[in-house]
Amino acid sequence: MPLLDRNGWTTESFTIVAYDDLDAALAARTPEQKLGVLVPNDIHPRMLAPVQDRLDLIAVQFPQHKDGRGFSLGRMLRQQGFTGTLRASGHILPDQFGFALHDGFDEVEIDEAQAARQPVEQWLHARALISESYQQTRDGPATIFEKRRAARAAG
Amino acid sequence: MYRYDEFDETLVRERVAQFRDQVERRIAGALTEEEFVLIRQMNGLYLQLHAYMLRVAIPYGTLSARQMRQLALIADRHDRGYGHFTTRQNIQFNWPRLKEVADILDLLADVEMHCIQTSGNCIRNVTADHYAGVAADEIEDPRPTAELIRQWSSLHPEFSWLPRKFKIAVTGAAEDRAAIGVHDIGIRIVRGEAGETGYQVMVGGGLGRTPMIGKIVRDFLPRGELLSYLEAILRVYNLEGRRDNKYKARVKILVHELGVEAFTARVEEEFAALAGRGIDVDAEEIARIAAYFAPPAYETLPPVSEAFEAAKRDPDFARFARNNLFPHKVPGYTALTVSLKPIGKPPGDATADQMRVLADLAEAYSFGELRVTHVQNIVLPHVRLDDVPSVWAALVEAGLADANVGLITDIISCPGMDYCKLATARSIPIAEEISKRFADAERQALIGRLGIKISGCINACGHHHVGHIGILGLDKAGVENYQITLGGDPGDRTALGERLGPGIDGDEVPAAIERIVDLYLHLRTGDGEEFIDTLRRVGLDPFREALQPRETIRAAA
Repeated sequence: MPLLDRNGWTTESFTIVAYDDLDAALAARTPEQKLGVLVPNDIHPRMLAPVQDRLDLIAVQFPQHKDGRGFSLGRMLRQQGFTGTLRASGHILPDQFGFALHDGFDEVEIDEAQAARQPVEQWLHARALISESYQQTRDGPATIFEKRRAARAAG
Repeated sequence: MYRYDEFDETLVRERVAQFRDQVERRIAGALTEEEFVLIRQMNGLYLQLHAYMLRVAIPYGTLSARQMRQLALIADRHDRGYGHFTTRQNIQFNWPRLKEVADILDLLADVEMHCIQTSGNCIRNVTADHYAGVAADEIEDPRPTAELIRQWSSLHPEFSWLPRKFKIAVTGAAEDRAAIGVHDIGIRIVRGEAGETGYQVMVGGGLGRTPMIGKIVRDFLPRGELLSYLEAILRVYNLEGRRDNKYKARVKILVHELGVEAFTARVEEEFAALAGRGIDVDAEEIARIAAYFAPPAYETLPPVSEAFEAAKRDPDFARFARNNLFPHKVPGYTALTVSLKPIGKPPGDATADQMRVLADLAEAYSFGELRVTHVQNIVLPHVRLDDVPSVWAALVEAGLADANVGLITDIISCPGMDYCKLATARSIPIAEEISKRFADAERQALIGRLGIKISGCINACGHHHVGHIGILGLDKAGVENYQITLGGDPGDRTALGERLGPGIDGDEVPAAIERIVDLYLHLRTGDGEEFIDTLRRVGLDPFREALQPRETIRAAA
């Protein structure tokens, strides 16, 4: 499945298992294996807390673009200290790419048909259109509130 | 009034460029129609019965004269010369063409306005008491808080794809004029034990097909923790709100299904996890925003104006003065409401020429400031009593001097089937007919304070649930059918109206309303008891037979 990050298309480098198969996969993993898990978006992030340090990747399912639960999951997984790669997997739009990156995601995985309809240039362009944010971001520059504070301190 | 700094400006300009790009990608087929719908809605663009409709945000209902002039220009250039002020203190244009929408957004950005989040499943435009900074019963002006929420909620990376729309209202006064009890979150500014200001927070109010009154989840929230607390509420809602049924997706259903205790516990748990993560702004930022809402340079005036008192010898002016003025906390000033409810016309509409008159009057007499009320009228918030006769004369000339604020012809109505794709019945024509029937000013004065609210479908944009008299238009086997409810109240004693009986035909509605009103006049106590108080005293039952014509009652007997 087509995979992209903030720089453009990228290639798969993880072994990804379903959440139900995670225990077995962890038990059987080899030292060189980069292991990831695909989780549904109705899981509570705390279910992943005990194993997150042993995971290289968590892929959160986005069943359809209007279902925004994954954005909260991304932010919560980062808040509880997950430092591996975070992937949004499913139906997510170029217009949501910047949000996903702000929330702590690194990558987006979409299907072939969508990738044909929405080439990588559109994703990078859509993300670049909005440069400012009032809210905290995981990936980007200071927030507007922080920039104002810095200006006051300099001022 | 708040003024954009370079960051606010950049974001709004970038949002316009983003929308332009989105429309281009839709036209090119990169975005499917299904993908595009919510994207355009998040920028206020609806596809209605006959055309696109563009909803412009008027944050907490505050407008400058310059902004009002720009709205007039847009109405002239991109619409049919008028706009419609809404129950959420916004304005809608009914006839924009898709390819011109980005140009309209540019014109709006030129005067620090936008359409961001005026629709879609996201945090909508924040509303507030239209007498903010004016009312004597105010603990604190709610607008700095509302502006902070506007900024925090704009393009929120976590909360832009919620289960359903999400509305926040703020009041800083003892009397609730912002209907906070029927919002997803209602915020009331209150004093803490040491006299400091903070917030009481309600969650889960709303109208629509399952009307509910919000429940208090926090009695006192320190002001510096507002944004992290809001994030906690929104996060619980985003994760747990229902997505299987759009009619059960609002936060009110989640609060109802979990119970307020369990919901509050989840919010507090999330709030604890978010504390100290730098989400909240510091006191300097709160002060920076608040400084924009500092009182204007009032003159020191005597509390009584001779010119104003003398003008009352004209009975028309006296009537206007009695109904359209609200006491200002500063002596010698008043808040003057301009009614957008002329007899027999669509409630809330204003022509471009009228908008320009209002802008001119605001500039000459009200420090350049206007307010939009959720009752779909316009307020000049700071008028010298000495100037009221001049303002009135100008309003008479512009056809804007209807002296019916708060009276039976000050009707709230949604656009209904004349414009709206969701409507199941007409609402504007019903409002027009009722207003014609009660056109006589003396009769309106006799009836006194009475709010009629009309919705053309179950989604309740006309707030019929909280009308003293509510009218809901439905489709019954292809025929418009109207349900009448009595006893709703949007204010401090928030109450939902109760159905009077079976639905009736549209052409019977004005007569039925008249019979209800006549019965009230018969039942009320001699001291001019208000409709809602009579209703609370005698209950609904005496009114039930007023629903049908007397002949029908006799025939059935």
